[in-house]
Amino acid sequence: MGKVFRTWIWLTLVAISGLAAAQAIDPLPFRDHAEELRFQHLTSELRCLVCQDEDLADSNADFARDLRHKVFELMQQGKSDAQIKQYLVDRYSDFVLYDPPVNTHTWLLWFGPLLILIAGGAVVGYTIRKRSHTGTPAAPTDNGDDW
Amino acid sequence: MSRLLPFIGFMLLACLLGFGIWWNSSHDPTAVPSPLINKPAPTFALPKLDNPTQLVSKDSMLGKPYLVNVFASWCFACGEEHPVLMAESKTLGIPVIGYDYKDEPADAKAWLAQHGNPYDMVIADQSGHTAIDFGVYGAPETFLIDGKGVIRYKRIGPLTPDVIARQLMPAIAALQKEAP
Repeated sequence: MGKVFRTWIWLTLVAISGLAAAQAIDPLPFRDHAEELRFQHLTSELRCLVCQDEDLADSNADFARDLRHKVFELMQQGKSDAQIKQYLVDRYSDFVLYDPPVNTHTWLLWFGPLLILIAGGAVVGYTIRKRSHTGTPAAPTDNGDDW
Repeated sequence: MSRLLPFIGFMLLACLLGFGIWWNSSHDPTAVPSPLINKPAPTFALPKLDNPTQLVSKDSMLGKPYLVNVFASWCFACGEEHPVLMAESKTLGIPVIGYDYKDEPADAKAWLAQHGNPYDMVIADQSGHTAIDFGVYGAPETFLIDGKGVIRYKRIGPLTPDVIARQLMPAIAALQKEAP
């Protein structure tokens, strides 16, 4: 009984996941498989703006479908990936890209962690130097071991 | 001093997290800044909602500033915005163009008939293709376009009396000052 039940659940899950995948992909007339792969790759790097935690490739939103069709249309016009991305950035800002470019607005995003690392390193360096100069032993470790 | 160090570290972290909470609640994290501000509006040619044979284009609108308000009958937030437009659209001093976004013309007409029509003219973009050029990703959105066809201000989300008074009216006043 248990085995039959488990098989049944498994089949249901497979059917549901198949359904979800079928919905996210709308049939576009690709010339060949390579073009389809290029399309899938490009749309997975673009953000769906109404459902901001999804990429264009996976989103079922109506708006994402419109942008997918636009991307496809631009591909048919022979535009390169960079040109297509620029087209969308011109209209929707860098936010549409999942990989933000380095510019004046994003330098903190890119180099902030490095700044924090340098600051932390400076504090550690300062503490070590101070200790070695004054000759005080390192803080007693039994404090930390108690709990 | 060194005894206070963990406490100071904790306070710094608390400040950082507090700033994060304040920052996320003081602005709409889903609002995407439009790169189109102070750039020419995209060229468009869209049919009027009530007379689809007549096209309205960017060129035909040149000369005077106007407001474009993106709405749709299916859009929930547009219903919240609508009474504000009904009350204030005539006090703005410039034409207000309704931009019916991805909507069935019959639905849009019924919606306007039921709730009232605050627009001087309504254009229909049933496919949503032109809206991509405007960087529209959800209704309602509002664009202020000057007489030279340049986008000067954009609002994502519903217009409220507060937004109109603090942002839109000053932007319109600035336009009218530079082109009497």
